[in-house]
Amino acid sequence: MKVVLKNLTKRFPSRDKKHPEDVIAVNNFDFTIPDGKLIGLLGPSGCGKSTTLNLISGLEKPTRGQIFFGEDDVTKLPAENRGIGLVFQNYALYPHLTVRQNILFPLQNLKGKDKMTKQEMETAAIGAAKLVQIDNLMQRKPAELSGGQQQRVAIARALVKMPKVLLLDEPLSNLDARLRLQTREEIRRIQKETKITTIFVTHDQEEAMSICDQIVVMKDGVVHQIGAPQEVYDNPKNLFVAKFLGTPPINVFEGNVKGGKLFIGKEEIMDTPDLKDGEVYITIRPEGFKHDSEGVLSLELERIEVMGRDISVIAHHDNCQNVDIRAIISSDNVIDTSKATVRFNLNPKKVFVFDKTSEERLL
Amino acid sequence: MESTFKSNLKAWLYLLPALIFLGVFMVYPLIDVFVYSFEEGYNSASQTSFGTGIYNYSYVLHDPYFLQALKNTLILVAITVPSSTILSLLISLGLNKITKLKELFQTIYFLPYVTNTLAVGLVFMILFKKTAYTDGMVNLLITAFGGKSVDFIEGPYWAKMMVLCIYTIWIVMPFKVLVLTSSLASVNPIYYSAARVDGTSNTRIFFRITLPMISPMIFYLVITGFIGAFKAYSDAVALFGTNLNVAEMNTIVGYVYDMLYGDSGGYPSYASAAAIILFSIVLTITVINLLVRNKSKR
Repeated sequence: MKVVLKNLTKRFPSRDKKHPEDVIAVNNFDFTIPDGKLIGLLGPSGCGKSTTLNLISGLEKPTRGQIFFGEDDVTKLPAENRGIGLVFQNYALYPHLTVRQNILFPLQNLKGKDKMTKQEMETAAIGAAKLVQIDNLMQRKPAELSGGQQQRVAIARALVKMPKVLLLDEPLSNLDARLRLQTREEIRRIQKETKITTIFVTHDQEEAMSICDQIVVMKDGVVHQIGAPQEVYDNPKNLFVAKFLGTPPINVFEGNVKGGKLFIGKEEIMDTPDLKDGEVYITIRPEGFKHDSEGVLSLELERIEVMGRDISVIAHHDNCQNVDIRAIISSDNVIDTSKATVRFNLNPKKVFVFDKTSEERLL
Repeated sequence: MESTFKSNLKAWLYLLPALIFLGVFMVYPLIDVFVYSFEEGYNSASQTSFGTGIYNYSYVLHDPYFLQALKNTLILVAITVPSSTILSLLISLGLNKITKLKELFQTIYFLPYVTNTLAVGLVFMILFKKTAYTDGMVNLLITAFGGKSVDFIEGPYWAKMMVLCIYTIWIVMPFKVLVLTSSLASVNPIYYSAARVDGTSNTRIFFRITLPMISPMIFYLVITGFIGAFKAYSDAVALFGTNLNVAEMNTIVGYVYDMLYGDSGGYPSYASAAAIILFSIVLTITVINLLVRNKSKR
């Protein structure tokens, strides 16, 4: 089931008397989530991604705009009639019910023609439990499960009704690092197996990049870019998206364009015949540096970190906004750490240029 | 070893004042009461008795005044504990739902808790008592709707019992409302969101989610409610005066008091036996409650 958002806007009345204007949590969203895909809503805290999820689930009513599931307008439909499964950040498993009862709970609510027999419910519950591999824990109470297991139970409970759309709100944030890696693969696998359109909210770009078919990068209630993770990473539309994606983060330099050439400080680093003269931000991905003793850009060498396959060169530059510049180069390179400066050539594909005021991409 | 002894000593030292007070004013009297209850004809002035045995229990259990008091207490418990708990739950649910004037209503429901028992008794007099000038508010209402006026304070047994029950419920409810409102508010709203997404009906949400989640508090209220109702005395005095045996409205605690200090008093042995009987009833009911609770937990 594809999900279409049309001019979707949600305003919350301000509680702050000094700033009586409404808070716009979701501003004019207009995009389509294709059928059967895994979509990540990605953005820093408070960017409106959870609100977007709540709007799609029906727990919140939009101020303006429409939501379609397939061709059906569900904007006015209450949450229970939308046929969604929702996994909450803290799972919201009923603590007094066993895993089995928790998974059965949504089925027992079904009325009228959807009503299932006890046997059918049991089969569906075991099916969902098997899918998330917790069928051996059915008699446990949530408190007797680990965080990862609780997460799976929550997913099983959301899936047992075979929802049209599965929504996950920060599903991994309560798990420890190792479990997070494992569970995100698990979410990917479950989504692939069920082919249910899945939307998941996260502030962790790595999480979103690694498992999503598409990511929606948001900030302050505005969508900044939508696309496949690699595409967004390789072609950020603006400075925010460039800075938000990637670990280690992208290196941001203040530079300028003069006579069709790009400068960082006094060093000319690239020919940019199409750009007008003016101040710009130049961003370079850590993997965009190529060590070269004759290179175009010189940095003050701080130290190097050897990580087996790669070397991380940590350096400084007066025009760089980052506290540390990180350049990741192959460990074949030999860096002379006794020298105060280190020179690099740049991979033009990994260098983006943004307008200083609008922060929009120029190159 | 020495250090643990030293730190233990320090701990005991801190506990000493409380222990002395508890010992002198709680433990010793408790043991004393137990001993008195088995001493026939104990005289507190001469500190003598005729002998030991279960005579006191036999006397108390055959005393019509005690049986009346026992019956009254049991009726009071059976009516007020469940009804006050259910009523408070309904009120708390209502309070939890509203947003406007919530604090105001919470305060209003809490007022009886801080009001003096005797002052409340006075209000109930105005509502129920027949005087030379008026039949009382409730009777005025009854007659206005074409009914026959009833003497609630000096009239038939059921009328007096009803007033006592209403009075008790009214007195105990504020605390229950307070406890339940806060325990309802402490249920994480995420569970309700989850239930809503799954299309759970309101009744099912209440019985399958809300009730189980606040059940520890309800259990606590039921236990303390039982104990409180078994200890009822001042409420009856506030309504019917001190001569409760004549009014047929005595309670077990009232009986104990009468046996000690009342007009027919001066019998610490009988009073002790009655107190021990009350104690064993309360103990039994509490144990049953705990057993039921533990069973339902599993």
